[in-house]
Amino acid sequence: MFNKILIANRGEIACRVIKTARRMGIRTVAVYSEADAGARHVRLADEAVCIGAPPPRESYLVADKIIAAAKSTGAQAIHPGYGFLSENEEFAEACAANGIAFVGPPVSAIRAMGLKSESKKLMEKAGVPLTPGYHGDNQDPAFLKQQADAIGYPVLIKASAGGGGKGMRAVWKAEEFADALASCQREAQSSFGDEHVLIEKYLQRPRHIEIQVFGDAHGNCVYLFERDCSVQRRHQKVVEEAPAPGMTAERRAAMGKAAVDAAKAVAYVGAGTVEFIVNQDGTFYFMEMNTRLQVEHPVTEMITGLDLVEWQLKVAAGEPLPLAQEQLRIHGHALEARIYAEDPDKGFLPSIGKLIHLAPPAETINVRVDTGVEQDDEISPHYDPMIAKLIVWDESRERALARMLQALADYRVVGVSNNIGFLSRLVACPAFAQADLDTGLIERERGFLFPEGGEPPAEAWLVAALAELIHDREYAAAEAVAGNDPYSPWHARDGWRVNSVARREIRLRAGEVEKVVNAAYVGAGVQLGFDGQIVTAAGHFVDGGQLRVDLGGRRISATVVSANEKRHVFIDGVCHVFAAIDPLFHAGSGGGAEGGLTAPMPGKVIALIAAAGARVEKGSPLLILEAMKMEHTIAAPMAGVVKSFLFNVGEQVSDGAELVEFEADKK
Amino acid sequence: MSIIKSKLNTRADDYRANVTAMQALVDDLREKTALVSQGGPEEHRKKHIARGKLLPRERINGLLDPGAPFLELSAMAGWNMFNNEVASGGVVTGIGRVQGVECMIVANDATVKGGSYYPITVKKHLRAQEIAAQNRLPCIYLVDSGGANLPTQDEVFPDRDHFGRIFFNQANMSAAGIPQIGVVMGSCTAGGAYVPAMSDESIIVKNQGTIFLGGPPLVKAATGEVVSAEDLGGGDVHTRISGVCDHLAENDHHALSIARRVVGNLNWKKPMSLDLATPEDPLYDPAELMGIIPADPRKPYDVREVIARVVDGSRLDEFKSRYGTTLVTGFARIHGYPIGIVANNGILFGESAQKGAHFIELCAQRGIPLLFIQNITGFMVGRKYENSGIAKDGAKMVTAVATAQVPKFTMIIGGSFGAGNYGMCGRAYSPRLLWIWPNARVSVMGGEQAASVLSTIKRDAMEAVGKTWPKDDEEAFKAPIRAQYEHQGHPYYATARLWDDGIVDPVQTRRTLGLGISASLNAPILPTKFGVFRM
Repeated sequence: MFNKILIANRGEIACRVIKTARRMGIRTVAVYSEADAGARHVRLADEAVCIGAPPPRESYLVADKIIAAAKSTGAQAIHPGYGFLSENEEFAEACAANGIAFVGPPVSAIRAMGLKSESKKLMEKAGVPLTPGYHGDNQDPAFLKQQADAIGYPVLIKASAGGGGKGMRAVWKAEEFADALASCQREAQSSFGDEHVLIEKYLQRPRHIEIQVFGDAHGNCVYLFERDCSVQRRHQKVVEEAPAPGMTAERRAAMGKAAVDAAKAVAYVGAGTVEFIVNQDGTFYFMEMNTRLQVEHPVTEMITGLDLVEWQLKVAAGEPLPLAQEQLRIHGHALEARIYAEDPDKGFLPSIGKLIHLAPPAETINVRVDTGVEQDDEISPHYDPMIAKLIVWDESRERALARMLQALADYRVVGVSNNIGFLSRLVACPAFAQADLDTGLIERERGFLFPEGGEPPAEAWLVAALAELIHDREYAAAEAVAGNDPYSPWHARDGWRVNSVARREIRLRAGEVEKVVNAAYVGAGVQLGFDGQIVTAAGHFVDGGQLRVDLGGRRISATVVSANEKRHVFIDGVCHVFAAIDPLFHAGSGGGAEGGLTAPMPGKVIALIAAAGARVEKGSPLLILEAMKMEHTIAAPMAGVVKSFLFNVGEQVSDGAELVEFEADKK
Repeated sequence: MSIIKSKLNTRADDYRANVTAMQALVDDLREKTALVSQGGPEEHRKKHIARGKLLPRERINGLLDPGAPFLELSAMAGWNMFNNEVASGGVVTGIGRVQGVECMIVANDATVKGGSYYPITVKKHLRAQEIAAQNRLPCIYLVDSGGANLPTQDEVFPDRDHFGRIFFNQANMSAAGIPQIGVVMGSCTAGGAYVPAMSDESIIVKNQGTIFLGGPPLVKAATGEVVSAEDLGGGDVHTRISGVCDHLAENDHHALSIARRVVGNLNWKKPMSLDLATPEDPLYDPAELMGIIPADPRKPYDVREVIARVVDGSRLDEFKSRYGTTLVTGFARIHGYPIGIVANNGILFGESAQKGAHFIELCAQRGIPLLFIQNITGFMVGRKYENSGIAKDGAKMVTAVATAQVPKFTMIIGGSFGAGNYGMCGRAYSPRLLWIWPNARVSVMGGEQAASVLSTIKRDAMEAVGKTWPKDDEEAFKAPIRAQYEHQGHPYYATARLWDDGIVDPVQTRRTLGLGISASLNAPILPTKFGVFRM
């Protein structure tokens, strides 16, 4: 076994590998880009080496630098994780050439499975069921159309060199074929420099089920059962589970055998995944083989009780597989949800920024959180905006679903948009709960998954208002300790008055709705008036923004996280965002130019539209910011004069940076 | 420290009767406070708000740290004076925290006669400044006033403690290093112009605040020049051209936020020379104070029952508990601050006065603040007492009270009559703050005694010339005297004239004292040099 390994990756998977290595007594070397100098995987590793600038092509994708890091630290093996160089045959070759073990399959297997058409030919030879289709070299449009007609519509045209959904077209009728083919070829040419396409039967309501396989250098190969990854959006997996709902022992054995046959056909060693597309009737066809550890491998670990990274390392060290096929068993049911910094309501636009508050659910035998970030870390624009993988396990699918819902409700993220609310709705949606799965589930259930944004409930307004009062109190208490009159009753924030009652308006905004909660300091507590109702309220912070609240005798638990003027109120797993409006804070800012003239997220100024010194009307575009590969127009919040721009074109701006000096017209 | 053992029976009928009586007084107090807190007549308030201005108490709420206490002073100043038209005396004053600093806030109420200075307004403003000066509290003036009230000019303009004294105080406080901050939120005419001008740092609200020695009508009359108020002395003029003000604010809220910033830059630090302890609530519920004071003022009670519901842990280390027992003296803590308590528990005798003087000497020597709890009908009279020199003993106590430099606080919880008022640190002895309970009475002597004294003199005079005085006539003579004393001895009469700093609900006694003691600690506690004690 190795004494020291290098992990050529970042984020949660790097942390995941370190965890197992540490348990096995293997020292770890992390590599990192300049953007990741303080990242969790660097903090966890025994050693770390900086390998270049933030863009992956200058760091995590530069094989030479990684090999050099391994050699300089004396690492005997490199674990590539997933993505980056994990399926790069040149890298695997370079490892071998430098006498470093590559924790992955042989170069030949990577190469064989890399090209879709080639791999399908191999599979056909090995007797692995393939989707009816044409994978040949004849690219004559008329010939391809004949093939499509023979397969029967709908068919799918795919770029042979493609992947990840790029260069893919569904054709529903014969007369649409020619156009679709031409467009697919163009895209294949521009994306992959190769206009070769293949044609397959397009399955309606297909499921995506994959088999985890493992081979060793001694010719053994086993399958560790299946994972159902049907729930996808734009070919990205969202929620994965194991075992697949509705799977029978016979079909599992058949799929497992097919997967092992596929692996054996390429003399596979290490962890691999054979992906199948599965019809609603259960018939299955080979799609592709991923020659690495999958993102969703934890669900397999949860139902088998195994550590796949441990297996990977043992196999890479030349040891035989720890268990034989007949020793493998499925226990219970596991689900994984991928928690991303993205905005589901804006087409899942990635969100970047600092994780001001990050509170995952507590890890237990039932709940596992694989993450590469901690509170105060940044989700940077350079990499995949994943926050964590949330994995749950229980005896049955039904109970695992309940666990997942609870764990999602306990997961609190502030600072970036995230998909936790979306995932909660997804897991709760009847189609998913009833395991009516296929790859079109998210699109089909849009109505349920993307509800119209309603106004927060009264309870949320009240909790937000109460939190303001409690925050003032606790702030004063903290300040009291620092002074030399620590017990002074002046530190109290109970609105004490001589023979009268202090009142206060707490002004909050949720979306476009602005409301006032009227607080009256009565005795030891407060009375909150909202929407014509008056309740007596009390509460205190426990820790990490957790608030114990008593609203008119009803005890509730909530979490309130403040970030500038934003108040993130978590109640029952739902996050309501308010802006607290302090009349003094905005007073005199020239008529409330709030937010409009600051950068909504980090980005680059790509154009100044208005001229400095120009008078502009409300809504006139002033400048354009490029962030997250999207253009954002910064518009005038009201009529006024653009005094000056504070950045030039091409300059990078940070989140919240003031962009324009703007003077609003007098009212 | 020894814990006071209460003998109060909260299930007794007289306790309940006492609570009922006191509650009625407190309810009336709260009702009247609510009334005067509204300020001027409704139409004036509406007009004020329509101009985008905040009412004075709203301004104060905005200025204070959110949710912080406000120790308002003499809310009922001017009550039943000047046709009862000068609510709260036309100016709201009080101590409150701004950016963690205890400040004296003086806010004109423009809805009350345009914020003009009646005699009571002047008195209240000067009292606030006196408190600020004694306790070294930064002053924030929220100015919105037309200046001196012309119809009462002879009572507000010329004398030492009249309008001019406001600026004298500002100059001298500034000289003593006590910050003076002016916020011009409305008119600041004539003499009033000196409030911002004499401030260390000043703020003015655009299109709202004006400062000029003579307003547009006076200018037109004097020189024929026609000029708008804004061009004559508005915010733009004073922050850009004249330099009378330092900061221009967009509106009331903005002005308050600037004022908060100004306080944040004062570099203000409280000196602290007291040995503090973690505060403890009293062992006995302060709410029971409502039932301790007998509804019938002639009935005696033990003042320790009151102390037990005010001090930390109901602990009192008595000094000379066996000597001069009509005066209770001892050390305790309120909100963690050490305090020496001097409390009446009956009429003052020579020994009680000597004991009091001794105890005050101890507190002055040790730098411990003093609390006088007044419930005193006076010093004992009669041959035995005069012959044994009770006047000498009283003088000792008065000397000690008058010259002790530690912060002194007075709470009048019952009668405050005659020389007892003086020996127990009445208004003339400049306690830092003096409060009164709603059941209290303040006069040179009780109404019954006054009526008896006057009728005795008259009877003696009549009998000297051989006349007789029928009992009925004597009663008719005494009744109006009693009525006068009852009227003038009432706390509302007292507080209206600023003989105190406000009426306190007994249940709020502890908190009120705590706030007062804490605020007083902004000034260092100075050593005392006593005068000659007559031995």
